Amino acid sequence: MKDFFYLIPISLALGLAGLLLFLWSLKNGQYEDLDGASERILYDDDRPSESYLD
Amino acid sequence: MTCTSATMIVSTDTVQASSPLADEFRLASRSIGDGILQTEISVPSIHCGGCVNKIERGLAKLEGVQYVRVNLSSKRLALRWSGRGTPPDAIGALKELGFDGHLFDPTEEAKPNGELSRMLRALAVAAFGSMNIMSLSVSVWSGAEGSTRDILHWICAGIALPTLLYSGRVFYQSAWRALKHGQTNMDVPISIGIAAAFALSVYDSYHGYEYAYFDAATSLVFFLLIGRTLDYVMRERTRTAIKGLAQLSSRGAMTIKADGEYEYLPLKEIKPGTRLLLTAGERVPVDCEVIKGISDVDFSLVTGESAPRKVESGVALQAGTLNITGSLTSVATANAEDSFLAETIRLMEAAESGKSVYRRIADRASRLYAPAVHLTSLLSFLGWMIVQGDFHQAATIAIAVLIITCPCALGLAVPMVQVVAARRLFESRIMVKDGSAMERLNEIDTVVFDKTGTLTLGQLQVTNIDLIDRDALSIATGLASHSRHPNAQAISAAARTSAGNSYRFDDVKEYPGLGLEGISQGKVYRLGRALFACGTENPSPDTVLACDGRQVAVFAFSDKLRPGARALVDKLRSAGISMEIVSGDSVSAVREIALELGISEYTACILPGGKLERIKVLSDQGRKVLMVGDGLNDAPALMAAHVSMAPASAADVGRNNADFVFLQDSLDTVFLAYRVSRDAGKLIRQNFVIAIGYNVVALPVAILGHATPFVAALAMSLSSIVVVANALRLRGEPMQGKTKPLGLKIQSGRLAE
Repeated sequence: MKDFFYLIPISLALGLAGLLLFLWSLKNGQYEDLDGASERILYDDDRPSESYLD
Repeated sequence: MTCTSATMIVSTDTVQASSPLADEFRLASRSIGDGILQTEISVPSIHCGGCVNKIERGLAKLEGVQYVRVNLSSKRLALRWSGRGTPPDAIGALKELGFDGHLFDPTEEAKPNGELSRMLRALAVAAFGSMNIMSLSVSVWSGAEGSTRDILHWICAGIALPTLLYSGRVFYQSAWRALKHGQTNMDVPISIGIAAAFALSVYDSYHGYEYAYFDAATSLVFFLLIGRTLDYVMRERTRTAIKGLAQLSSRGAMTIKADGEYEYLPLKEIKPGTRLLLTAGERVPVDCEVIKGISDVDFSLVTGESAPRKVESGVALQAGTLNITGSLTSVATANAEDSFLAETIRLMEAAESGKSVYRRIADRASRLYAPAVHLTSLLSFLGWMIVQGDFHQAATIAIAVLIITCPCALGLAVPMVQVVAARRLFESRIMVKDGSAMERLNEIDTVVFDKTGTLTLGQLQVTNIDLIDRDALSIATGLASHSRHPNAQAISAAARTSAGNSYRFDDVKEYPGLGLEGISQGKVYRLGRALFACGTENPSPDTVLACDGRQVAVFAFSDKLRPGARALVDKLRSAGISMEIVSGDSVSAVREIALELGISEYTACILPGGKLERIKVLSDQGRKVLMVGDGLNDAPALMAAHVSMAPASAADVGRNNADFVFLQDSLDTVFLAYRVSRDAGKLIRQNFVIAIGYNVVALPVAILGHATPFVAALAMSLSSIVVVANALRLRGEPMQGKTKPLGLKIQSGRLAE
């Protein structure tokens, strides 16, 4: 049993990474226009637009 | 009749809303540094990615525009432009692209609200903590022993402590506030339960006991936070949606300085004595008195009258009225704050102070529930102390009772249903201010309607169209298409529906307050008041078409009923709800509508104070009144009523004080809101039964000392899931069996996509 304890920090680290990713995306405003994001992909140019660089 | 005051109408434009002036545009923007200004524009008709793309490309081409970003969810666009040049004509450009844009008031909306992201962060942390602890606990439940179990417990403790501290703050703060005022609320047992469970679990881990309650404590926080966040999301969403409608109030006005120059000033800089220029199609910004010019003014939002009145110098205009046909020069008689609105606001304050405070169903439940939880927990502690005398065991059981009875399901029972219901209404384009509005709507037994703008659209229509000669109609339409006057627009609309082709006039003059004159093939045609058209005295408000002073046709008008008004009245009647009309319009106009709809109770020619009185009388009789109204004169009554509803076309004050705002023309949505609220009320009661029923089953188990952490986690999650699943039934549930419910049609086509 004790041989598998190294898995615990790994799983915690993965979970923590997920949490931090979510917090980052929240802060980055990725949840502000959920309807828009799904439509934009159909119209976006291949080169990054001005608003993306902003 | 002289022609000196005549205004030549050059354009044939019949669109009501004129695009705001450049100065107004500048006033509505805020600086974001480097001389760059940002303006928010609300564009309600955006509905797909194509619109987004079209608008972004179209506006980016305008001079001075540096950045355009459309938000499809909030149907709003942010425009950044260089503040040095003239403001871009974004509203005009939008109109060319086929969209109607309205400037957004920056003062209220600009401040970003961090509350929601704070709650989401707390929720995410709680989710992370509870899931990880839960997965570690599974190994404990499945039989980890000795030092392995202790290590697992300590890891859990390490995760639980920061999670509980960070995510549980909402509850501790609220509990502390309640305790400070000598009260108790739901958050008190929650906070005590969490703290005690954590402390006991640390103690037990230290002494190597079998059970620790870290998982129960963290998942408690997680489930309760879901409920809080949902509740908040609902209110926030409606708040922004209603703000987006703020378009009727003027932000400023064109003033005439002493040297005769024009200057556009913001509202708060307009003082009594300032001279104002009111162009056709503009709303009167402050109370003022006309000193020059003649025009027709629409008083409907202020007094409830549907027919426009002719005004000339010496007439006082109230803020909020709409100047329709001619330009007027006037002198402000009051500040913006002291204008007609001030009287309304005073009445509203009176209405609010007299209104009994409604206690939300969840608050009423927790008022009974919290002391019961404390008491049960204390009693089981004392009981076990007497029977066994083992302090540790008694404390463990008392805490288990506290946690098991903590109202996870109860905390979710109400917000979950209300969020689903609000979403349903949102799809039918009805906005709900908060959950308590739905609870109150559920209780109503009387509906009071305003007439103009509520039961009717506030748009005139020609009633005798079948009696009018085709040629006369086409001539009248040719003239009428040149005017903004409601009567003229009604004639144009009538001609469109009866597919008459319009007669072309090259040169049309509009005489504000009188009518229109056009010359064709040597004949002078006039459309307007009888006195103007053919020189005969005629007191009737009908519009006359005359050729060279000879009467050709007479048009009679009446206000158009809102679609769905009759259906609504029928449905409310069959639901056993009594109805009445309270209006500021003339007795005959009100009687006509009342007869048409079959509503026997009506009051006409009433002042705003009178409407308020009527609501108070009804409330004193113990009735629960729903007030549906739109005008400034309805605002106090909307405030005083048990629950209130306003159409999106309502005056700002009315809209901001109504509990529900409906964006569709059809009145049928009023009944939809009532029905959804009633269904929601039923589901909430069911959820309470489920949540309390679960407690009734779980409590004896806990009191008898059999509630292991595993049992607690299972019971808590299960009851929460059942409650959530029950709330979701509101979505798919067929509203009424047999007849096809009208309200279920989704009008915007938004959902059908």
